[in-house]
Amino acid sequence: MLQKLYDWVDERLDITPIWRDIADHEVPEHVNPAHHFSAFVYCFGGLTFFVTVIQVLSGMFLTMYYVPDIENAWHSVQYLQSQVAHGQIVRGMHHWGASVVIVMIFLHTLRVFFQGAYKKPRELNWIVGVLLFFVMFGLGFTGYLLPWDNKAFFATQVGLEIAESVPVIGTDIKTLLAGDPDIVGAQTLTRFFAIHVFFLPAALFGLMALHFIMIRRQGISGPL
Amino acid sequence: MSEKKNNQVSRRQFLNYTLTGVGGFMGAAVVAPMVGMAVDPLLQADGSDDFEYVMDVDEITTEPQRKTFYIDQQDGWYDTEAERAAWIYRDENGDILALSPICTHLGCVVDWETGDHDNEFFCPCHYGRYDKNGVNIPGTPPEGPLHAYEYRIEDGRLYLGRANPREGA
Repeated sequence: MLQKLYDWVDERLDITPIWRDIADHEVPEHVNPAHHFSAFVYCFGGLTFFVTVIQVLSGMFLTMYYVPDIENAWHSVQYLQSQVAHGQIVRGMHHWGASVVIVMIFLHTLRVFFQGAYKKPRELNWIVGVLLFFVMFGLGFTGYLLPWDNKAFFATQVGLEIAESVPVIGTDIKTLLAGDPDIVGAQTLTRFFAIHVFFLPAALFGLMALHFIMIRRQGISGPL
Repeated sequence: MSEKKNNQVSRRQFLNYTLTGVGGFMGAAVVAPMVGMAVDPLLQADGSDDFEYVMDVDEITTEPQRKTFYIDQQDGWYDTEAERAAWIYRDENGDILALSPICTHLGCVVDWETGDHDNEFFCPCHYGRYDKNGVNIPGTPPEGPLHAYEYRIEDGRLYLGRANPREGA
């Protein structure tokens, strides 16, 4: 049945080469944990991607209930957490996943660093990877404010003061982030929401595409 | 794609099935709570069964009077007082009737004896018409009579509950 459906589409669109390009690639012996158990260190990039997918999905569903407004943000989180079916689980996935993804991306970075896999010809992919790291931090920072509880408020207060400590342009950066030179409030929350939900994910997807195209083009670096 | 030998499952097939099965299970485990969250509105109980005071019984006449009252409405995390309206009167048998003004066609609001629609409820959106008992007049868009509020009388005071559909033309 499925095979027939696939053949029907394939006959018209010749899709086999497309997914072959994506899915069919050599996994060298030295990255296969079945051959060398220590090769599990190669999993962290994939795990980062896996957790990122969970973050995107759970985030999409959370926005069905969340409102980025200082009057209602906390109440909507409280509602989705305590009244909505499985709301606690989905928010839990997003909450814990946010930390796990940082851990995974860090382990992935360590592996690439200590194996020297960033060296020529893979310098560009290292740069994109570092940008991805920054984007991920940005997602963590902006997402932290959204529940609009005391912890979120003061963490953002501190983060904005740190941004302000940048020489010369610090005050402007802070105003740009917070939407107001003095207040951490209504405009801060909507800004952080927009950055968290639209701007940074867009950057994330673009950079991830580059990251994956480059690794596929260059292949996995050789054994140590 | 797969080489079949004497109806045996090939190594490749076995791996395909196992990977698809395990992957599908993991994917379902991730997605299931999210879908549950999305369909939560379907699982929530219907609105409240509270009755609210609307007017005194001795003020009720045979002429429909429009009365508004407020119900406590829980809209997710937003608690509010929502306004409700009712057309209240005694029918020819002397029974109290409290009709919802929501047109049963597509939910606009009907009015009593508006324009040249004497002794009728009229809905301006698509010219729906109802007779004095709130029963839809055949040939006009509505497919059922105006809903009637459940009511309760205590100490000569009229309390209204939820509006229910009625049998009719």
